[in-house]
Amino acid sequence: MGGERTAVLGVGQTHYRSTRGDVSMAGLVREAAMRALEDAGLGWSDIDAVVIGKAPDFFEGLMMPELYLADALGCVGKPILRVHTAGSVGGSTALVAASLIQGRIHRRVLTLGFEKQSESNATWALSLPQPFSVSINAGAGGYFSPIIRQYMARSGAPELVGCMVAFKDRQHALSNPYAHLRQHDLTFDQVVEAPMLWDPIRFSETCPSSDGACAMVLGDEAAGDASPGKVAWVHGTAMRSEANNFPGRDEVNPQASRDCAVDLFRQAGITDPRREIDVVEMYVPFSWFEPIWLESLGFAERDRGWRMVEEGATRLDGGDLPVNCSGGVLSSNPIGASGMIRFAEAALQVRGMAGEHQVDGARVALGHAYGGGAQYFAMWVVGADKP
Amino acid sequence: MREVAVVSSAIYQVEALTFTTDVQLMVPLINEARSAVGLTQADIGFTCSGSSDFLAGQGFSFVQTLDAVGAFPPISESHVEMDGAFALYEAWVKLQVGEVDTALVYSYGKSSPGSRRDVLAVQLDPYTVAPLWPDAHAVAALQARLLLESGAVSAEGLAEIAVRSQHHAVGNPNALRASAGATVAGVLSEPVVADPLRASDIAAESDGGCVVVLAAGDRARSLCERPAWIRGIDHRIDAHGLGVRDLTRSPSAALAAQMAGAGQDRLDLAELHGPTTSQEHILATELGLGADTVVNPSGGALAADTLMAAGLVRIAEAARRISSGGADRALAHATSGPCLQQNLVCVMEGE
Amino acid sequence: MTDTPVPHEVPADQVAEGPPIQLPPSISDVEPVLSVRTPIRLEYDFIPSAAAQQYLRAYASKRILGNRSPVDGAVFVPPRGVDPRNGVVADEMVDLVDTGHVGSFCITHLPIPGRKDLPVPYVSAWIHLDGADIGFLGLVAGCAAADVRIGMRVRAVWKPDAELGATAENVLHWEPTGQPDVPIDEAGNRAWALKQSAAGGGEDA
Repeated sequence: MGGERTAVLGVGQTHYRSTRGDVSMAGLVREAAMRALEDAGLGWSDIDAVVIGKAPDFFEGLMMPELYLADALGCVGKPILRVHTAGSVGGSTALVAASLIQGRIHRRVLTLGFEKQSESNATWALSLPQPFSVSINAGAGGYFSPIIRQYMARSGAPELVGCMVAFKDRQHALSNPYAHLRQHDLTFDQVVEAPMLWDPIRFSETCPSSDGACAMVLGDEAAGDASPGKVAWVHGTAMRSEANNFPGRDEVNPQASRDCAVDLFRQAGITDPRREIDVVEMYVPFSWFEPIWLESLGFAERDRGWRMVEEGATRLDGGDLPVNCSGGVLSSNPIGASGMIRFAEAALQVRGMAGEHQVDGARVALGHAYGGGAQYFAMWVVGADKP
Repeated sequence: MREVAVVSSAIYQVEALTFTTDVQLMVPLINEARSAVGLTQADIGFTCSGSSDFLAGQGFSFVQTLDAVGAFPPISESHVEMDGAFALYEAWVKLQVGEVDTALVYSYGKSSPGSRRDVLAVQLDPYTVAPLWPDAHAVAALQARLLLESGAVSAEGLAEIAVRSQHHAVGNPNALRASAGATVAGVLSEPVVADPLRASDIAAESDGGCVVVLAAGDRARSLCERPAWIRGIDHRIDAHGLGVRDLTRSPSAALAAQMAGAGQDRLDLAELHGPTTSQEHILATELGLGADTVVNPSGGALAADTLMAAGLVRIAEAARRISSGGADRALAHATSGPCLQQNLVCVMEGE
Repeated sequence: MTDTPVPHEVPADQVAEGPPIQLPPSISDVEPVLSVRTPIRLEYDFIPSAAAQQYLRAYASKRILGNRSPVDGAVFVPPRGVDPRNGVVADEMVDLVDTGHVGSFCITHLPIPGRKDLPVPYVSAWIHLDGADIGFLGLVAGCAAADVRIGMRVRAVWKPDAELGATAENVLHWEPTGQPDVPIDEAGNRAWALKQSAAGGGEDA
């Protein structure tokens, strides 16, 4: 990895809920930002620049919300960038912020992702009629269901693997006080018996629609060394994109995903990801994407990712590669923040600050996000040790 | 700071791209800018674009436009929901990190399918201002009136800015409003659009796109006879609320210029993104431009203002004049938000 | 904006507690405004591109047009004037048949905003036309949803001639032809890789 060493100095999250009616958009982002500053032991004046990300502006009906949010983010007189790379945006926003440190432009950068879906309607925003085409797609599930169906067909995975992932992530969420879905009495049978929405995707296998924000303070090596608390060090960063639809495209295991992981692990010096990575926060908005990405990222062989799920390898409780200990996107989904939550939770794990969902002794963690038609990817590896 | 330069650019602006989609607009432009320096997408280390869903009237609109790049094999790529000048900033940062030597930057805006002045109202405070639907011309007119009443400039002074833009735009194929015969009296006789702003005080709305290729160090020298070296680039933002700032000023523009080192030497020219004559006047003052600096030799944003691309167009126009030998040191500026809220300044030099 | 059911409303006692709302004492007895509705309405007039116009006009007479890539001959439908893989103009029009196969599909149990005419559940599928090299979305009907398969061969069911027009909605749906399925390893985008390897070209996807 090139440039200046980069550290995560602080993490701040809001509680994720279907409606955060107690705060405006400005109040929501400020809540996360102030918690990140507090965690880092810093104040607003210590921040050189802000990088903010969110999904389409239609989700709140506000064009370029960073203009309105500049005041709330203590940004007056400072630089602010607004990233939008579809669902991967929370991850790519963190990576743009990291590049400001790596490129030695700034010493401390606040980065933040948010969505306040209650102020509009995400399914509506995702299903805006496209001119001169037929409107037959109800939301993201309608898009991803055929990909999951292809994966099931080609891998021969048993039908209930998706339910296992969903049940696992909802159980993990019980250990995360910020999680949106905290279903204490949920049983596996209830997950299985939930109605189909986008067959083969059940209601219980989909992500919720959340309000929330997640923020991080990133710093250079000196800032990392000077930080009062434990920091996470960035060991690798990678982004890849590919076109949405072209002949021969592998939608189940896109080359952009594979290339991104290869580049990332090369930077981080990782040759055997399953052994060398202790915990993964992966972007899984629909349950089946856990086995799909386990394979694509190289944790499992092709068509074998579902076996890791079945064997419990990805469980916080006893698995050798716990995935989404926070409950993941399946338990909290403020879309523009969802990628950043993955990156931030990875950092919390290697800082030993993940609370009840901490993986014992976690030293190296992967944060992962994807977006668009599974065509935009953003990933980072963070570690407890300086690279 | 790593040496990074603009080595190539492509610009296309028209009144309305009636039968052309964003992706159809960008395919030839991207190919033009890349092939001018003998590059294909495989030679590009990082790609970054800027556009707006609200302009396109579609969520995730940039996903379709990625098709113009030829993004397979997969590319290292990012997108900002900002003017392309900010995409260029992100690419410049990526080049500073040092892992790649080339970057492709593009942005585009097609505002003609909707009503731009109404779309821009949705940028304002969503709880207390946007619901009143103040359109973009009205908001700019508030600022222009404050400026006139402050005595900083007269109506004739604003008309002179409009006239100069129209004179300079003659010969610019991407300008929509150009006239060798424009006069102050003529501008002042136009009916007001949003009092005190007249038609010539307000940028000509255009559809279009812009592409810039960046390269670092010797790679830039090998691609281009006279690269336009970025000596400083910075951007800043002011408070959002119209009532909490002095609208006759733009402190963020002044600060960005200072941080970019604009005042360290003589500037041959400045390409300013001022969507109204009053805003151009404020910018010239805040950036400290002297009488020896030619302002907007292309006609500037007044001659053609492609939302989301106008700032990148300013950088491309200034870089072209350096690469052609017509200038040694130039400033390019981009703005975003109501009343010059956010500003970027890029200072470039020849070698 | 259409209100669709909000998934995952969970009981309040299961939601994590956030900070309580606190009002200044001077307005503590005022009924709080908990939300305001500020509807946004923006109108856009979209005009189809030249490629889309040709496509829509031909579609009105039950012809399906695609674009052929000048680089590798791949055929794209509907035509957008561009080869997305190579980033070049692709304006050569080719005629396609109205038969193909299902690349993959979704059985949707949710209504689509703005499509009250569609009974739930319905099957949306990637339709890969014979002679085309990418799929596009279409409805599959004419059989039970449970009988739809990856690789199932389908043909267009057009609207009655009197109802055809220059819109994207001339095909009511795609129905099974009853012919043998395309093998799953050759269905959808995999067909391109097979075609390339048969032609001796290397393919990485």
